Amino acid sequence: MAESFKFDLVSPEKLLLSEDVEQVTVPGTEGDFAVMAKHAPFMTTVRPGVVTAKLAGGSEQKIFVRGGFADVAEGGLTLLAEHATPLDEFDAASLDSDISTAEETLSKAEDDDLRFEQEQTLAQLRDARTQLSR
Amino acid sequence: MASLKDLRNRISSVKSTQKITKAMQMVAAAKLRRAEEAAQAARPYADRMASVLANISGAAGTDAPKLMTGTGKEDTHLLVVFTADRGLCGGFNASIVKLARQRQRQLEADGKTVKFFVVGKKGYDLMRRDLSSKIVARDDFRDVKSVGFDEADRIGSSVIDMFNAGDFDVCTIFYAAFENVITQTPTARRIIPATIESEGGEDEASGADVGDTYEYEPEPASILQALIPRNIKVQILSALLENAASEQGARMSAMDNATRNAGDMIDKLSISYNRQRQAQITTELVEIISGAEAL
Repeated sequence: MAESFKFDLVSPEKLLLSEDVEQVTVPGTEGDFAVMAKHAPFMTTVRPGVVTAKLAGGSEQKIFVRGGFADVAEGGLTLLAEHATPLDEFDAASLDSDISTAEETLSKAEDDDLRFEQEQTLAQLRDARTQLSR
Repeated sequence: MASLKDLRNRISSVKSTQKITKAMQMVAAAKLRRAEEAAQAARPYADRMASVLANISGAAGTDAPKLMTGTGKEDTHLLVVFTADRGLCGGFNASIVKLARQRQRQLEADGKTVKFFVVGKKGYDLMRRDLSSKIVARDDFRDVKSVGFDEADRIGSSVIDMFNAGDFDVCTIFYAAFENVITQTPTARRIIPATIESEGGEDEASGADVGDTYEYEPEPASILQALIPRNIKVQILSALLENAASEQGARMSAMDNATRNAGDMIDKLSISYNRQRQAQITTELVEIISGAEAL
């Protein structure tokens, strides 16, 4: 059995998960990554997607997160999510509405930096959508 | 001297006022519990955010975004004042506004420019008479059931937009920190430039050690770019939630006092009512007896 470590998932409104886990897969902005015990200190931003936590007991928990930061430190992994919902409670329709708002902002965006940013967000959202419907 | 009927009316009107204040107190108590829970639920996020920020701020060096380091000037101050949308909560709104005004006078004495961003209807009512020229923005939550991250996001974004437009150099928020039901302390906290507090000395020390070996993806500066606005919004959110709890606490104790005062008043009024009734009866008796004796 793999060594376990502490995983905290917090959103601004509450502490969603604080458990000992064996492995957590996180959708980072620059690619998915998995964290196991004794991972080197590491920090990255998170894109919309599903976080999979393998609990120390063996069961698995999936949570949909939207944006935020992941911080791997000696003490364990801390995920500061903008929005986080357990996958079975998550409503794909809300993601669809996010996509359409993003499309709208994109069509209005004028300067290039902004458009680039919006395009990125949109791509990330669409990505998450396809991942979810699979 | 008030007549018996007048006294009866007074008593019944005070009684119905007492019923209302008592109901308000109970509603405030129920809301307080919920508000306190919400404030507590938000605390872990704010704490983690602070420690993450303390970790990364060292790594960014000179590339740190302006929101963190400030514009280098301190000429224009934005004071964000959080108040309630409703009254009948004792000195709650007044004490926050008072603190903000003290700060304003002090800053203006030093030759700085002061602007206000007023959140909450009551604060605006209190300030608009003599400060309306200084109020640059306002917001309230009359149509929101319970404040959450969306509201903090809205306020945070407008503050950040104003900062990016160069409207101010330093931003301070004013709110009432919730200590307990009896005590709420008006508090000022600077959010731009960011004050990085790390709680506990040991935390800081271990953070510094790890800082060297930390890996960042993307590079620290661009993480900070995203992290700092987020941190500002989180601080606003925790201020909002504390404020909501404080408001209910203040209302609860104000209404408790009002209920007790109404009780005292009813007691006093009933005593004079009874005395007067007794006096009337005595007078009537005296009249009957002296009438009978005269026969």
